Amino acid sequence: MPVTVPGATPTLRGRRRLADPVFRWFVTIAATTVLIVLALMVVTTVHDAWPVLASEGFFGFLLGDVWDAGYARHEITGTYGAWPFIYGTLVTAMIAIVIALPLAIAVALYITQLAPRRIRNPLSYTVEMLAAVPSVIFGMWGMFWFLPVVLRPYVLEPLERWFGWFPLFEGPMLGPSYLGAGIVLAIMILPIMTAVIREVFAVNPTDAQHAAYALGATRLEVIGNVVLPSSFSGIVGGTMLGLGRAVGETIAVLMLVGSSQQWDVSLLFAGDTMAAHIAATFQDASPEAVRGLMAIGVALFVVTMSINVGARLLVWRLGRVTGDSAV
Amino acid sequence: MHRWRSTAVACAAAPVLVLAACGTGDGDGGGNAPDGGELSGSLTGAGATFPTPVFQEWQQAYGAEQPGVSINYQSIGSGGGIEQFLESTVDFGSSERYLDDVDLSEARQSRVDATGVEDCEPIQFPVLFGSVVIAFNDQDLDGMVLTAETIAKIFDREITNYSDPELAELNPDMDLPDQDIVPVHRSDGSGTTYVFTHYLSHEVDEWAENYGEGTEVQWASGTVGGQGNEGVSANINQNTGALGYVNQAYALEAGMPQAQVINADGEAVYPTLEATTEASEEAEIPEGFQFDIDDIGGTGYPIAGTNWIFTYECGYDETTGEILRDYWTWAVTSDEARELALELGYAPMGEELAERVTGEIERINSKAVDGAEVEN
Amino acid sequence: MSTFLDSSDRTERGGPSRTATGHRSLRDKQGNAPWRTIKNRLCTGLLTVAMALGMLPLALIIGYTAYRGAGVLDVGFFVENEPPWRRDGGGYAAGFFGTAYIMLHAILYSVPLGIATAIYLVEYGGGKLAMAIRFFTDVMTGIPSIFVGLFVYGLLIGALGFGTFPAAVAIAIIMLPIITRSAEEMLKLVPDEWRNASRALGAGKATTIVRTVLPAAAPGLATGSMLAIARGIGETAPLILTALGSQVVVTAFTDAAQSAIPLQVYRGINQPFEAGIERAWGGALSLFLLVLIMVILARWIGSRTTKRRG
Repeated sequence: MPVTVPGATPTLRGRRRLADPVFRWFVTIAATTVLIVLALMVVTTVHDAWPVLASEGFFGFLLGDVWDAGYARHEITGTYGAWPFIYGTLVTAMIAIVIALPLAIAVALYITQLAPRRIRNPLSYTVEMLAAVPSVIFGMWGMFWFLPVVLRPYVLEPLERWFGWFPLFEGPMLGPSYLGAGIVLAIMILPIMTAVIREVFAVNPTDAQHAAYALGATRLEVIGNVVLPSSFSGIVGGTMLGLGRAVGETIAVLMLVGSSQQWDVSLLFAGDTMAAHIAATFQDASPEAVRGLMAIGVALFVVTMSINVGARLLVWRLGRVTGDSAV
Repeated sequence: MHRWRSTAVACAAAPVLVLAACGTGDGDGGGNAPDGGELSGSLTGAGATFPTPVFQEWQQAYGAEQPGVSINYQSIGSGGGIEQFLESTVDFGSSERYLDDVDLSEARQSRVDATGVEDCEPIQFPVLFGSVVIAFNDQDLDGMVLTAETIAKIFDREITNYSDPELAELNPDMDLPDQDIVPVHRSDGSGTTYVFTHYLSHEVDEWAENYGEGTEVQWASGTVGGQGNEGVSANINQNTGALGYVNQAYALEAGMPQAQVINADGEAVYPTLEATTEASEEAEIPEGFQFDIDDIGGTGYPIAGTNWIFTYECGYDETTGEILRDYWTWAVTSDEARELALELGYAPMGEELAERVTGEIERINSKAVDGAEVEN
Repeated sequence: MSTFLDSSDRTERGGPSRTATGHRSLRDKQGNAPWRTIKNRLCTGLLTVAMALGMLPLALIIGYTAYRGAGVLDVGFFVENEPPWRRDGGGYAAGFFGTAYIMLHAILYSVPLGIATAIYLVEYGGGKLAMAIRFFTDVMTGIPSIFVGLFVYGLLIGALGFGTFPAAVAIAIIMLPIITRSAEEMLKLVPDEWRNASRALGAGKATTIVRTVLPAAAPGLATGSMLAIARGIGETAPLILTALGSQVVVTAFTDAAQSAIPLQVYRGINQPFEAGIERAWGGALSLFLLVLIMVILARWIGSRTTKRRG
């Protein structure tokens, strides 16, 4: 080390003495931005939504099933019951999970256990790439092609014709529906769920798998008895992340769900979801309706936060999974 | 190491640079490039979706005359047009609903909040008339006669089948099918909905009580919503027995089968361009331009609406004020603008009304601010 | 585990052929071995079918978007403003310019902030604050983008009007947690020996981070940022509330509604005229390609790095 120049050392020291704390403060402040932004988010939206929440009451707002926006600028004159949207959000998200979860597990198993080693990486890159496809493209594809050409004649119409007597599939079927939106949502969340679950399978200890193979187990038995049980909480975490996505998804659902502002138990009913209703009516809303939409936003935030916190806690317990950071 | 870092940076930057280059290739729209026309600057407007096709045509035609001017109109909805105008986030607003006295005082106040200028009168004037038509899924139903009462009952789900005796009575010559009706409405807030529900509220008391008028109403269950004119027409085209209301311009473009509606004089009128023009001439228009086109008789088509433009008397910079005046005067008076409107199924204003409106347009940004009189 | 232990017991019952040493030949399929093989084949088949089923819609989306959009894309599409919806021709210059403008600013706000946050977490973190930041960053990745739009609308639009800046803020908020998380992973991958070596050579902590850790992690940081950009570039919902949209190129930073590709596509398909819808497909295809380029570049940088390290 060149400590030979006596004059140089003090300046270097002096600069460092100043640079290190400054740098430290700089990154600390930057890091706390996340907390500030989150806090601001909660405060701003709750503040804007407050008059509606106050006039409807918390449960009145969540469970009321009439949404009739008023046109006033300074007071609340309409009725704001968000239940039709909350129900629609839950139903479409559930449909999406029910369809996507088995597929995601299967695709992840295929990639990690079955696929030839050469194509494993390209396959998982493809999955990650698909997770980045903008939702407006899913929506357009669903609205212009998938719904009228595939879903309507081959899924929705047969369901109505053969199972119309069952309340879940009662008509009239009009095309846009909870089920239509839910199926497209399933396609949308499949990549992210696959990415997370694949990661969980990939970190599954291979020695246990090899031991099982050595005992003569077939591939199915290894998957069923070794891989799946030890990946359980990771799968749950991935599912919750997918659920969070499905609940918050806006544009694609807006184009496919029907936007009726009402609800019905039938999956063929053209309903509405929280995020879709905000996007559909926000630009044209009166000041009091904006407050109503802010209140829906707050409800949506609470729902997705609970799902996410639950998912994170589960995933964290398992050790951090890196797959979802990519998407 | 260094090589990789610079590659990464270059890759990250490349698409952005390419895009920026593409964008600026046409970038004289917003800048100062006064070649050709004498004006240069940009306008932002927002509001009704109803007149958007005409506004877009006007912007293009006007842009050909004044290449230095770029006008950005976003069709966000009539309610939005009023709100954004009141918030002063846009240069002009547009709506199918005129500003009533409460809105006007609100506008005065918010102009103070936004620009700090006191006593700025809002200015509103009509620019276009248009019709809302009832369109069918079934080509055979073209020309079917409806009244305000039957339309209201269909959307109330009181009449649910085309073979309903009430409909049969109106259409003695038509062979109406035994087919369930699927009423389709707009699910987004829309001026088309406002014109349609205003007509029903005005004509049918029960409708006024149960649903009222607005850009968004609480529809009966059993009706289906569509996003935008496109969503409504998609639902009409895909559902046997569907019936819905759309903007006339679109029904013309798409060649959809339409209903005749009985007007105040008991005439069944098919929504043609002449019928719309006729309707606009029937209307009596007061000072201040606060009016509705109701009780249309003669050969006028009864479900008609007006589109208003909202601006202020002051608070714009000089260029913006000048472009606002020049553009709207052009839109209201020039032959080219009137032909474009007619071509798209909208009725421009009659001579006398256009003159009154031009007088109103002259007031835009005409008021002295900070002691300096702005030249007209 | 119990299944195959049971079944191996059961194989004893058959008449097994023995090897020279008296053990049962592994080649013999006895007892319920055929059934196990069949089950295994069935399962393999099922997984393959599920894989195909999962990938099929995605292939269809790519195919259909390319089919509808390819005919629209020409040079004019990238440099011309959009004509009235009912007229053919023209293009999405406004959208391309707007997206570039918004993204440039969003990157400017979110990338330095995200990397700085990651530096704090990796190099200085460890306390309760770091735990909280890490947790809330994770949680923030799950916030619906429409909610971010609502927040920015409530915070900024009243004061600034619609435009580039509020849109960039909204997109930056969406990108920030993604960048932070991936940057954190990348910084952790830098071996501690390098930090120690740098410190031993007399460099301060700040110098070590700026001169040693960041350059070492640079390709990884670029990969993470690119993936975040790919996500941000396709966002539509928050832009409806913050940028509003434009059909002409807008150079203003605030107080003038701005365009973006996804927003222009969204407006294009919500209007009735065929020509406008065709252009929207062109816009969708170019948006798709932009996202693909971002993701592929990110992976390419990432894979080159791994190879170099390996």
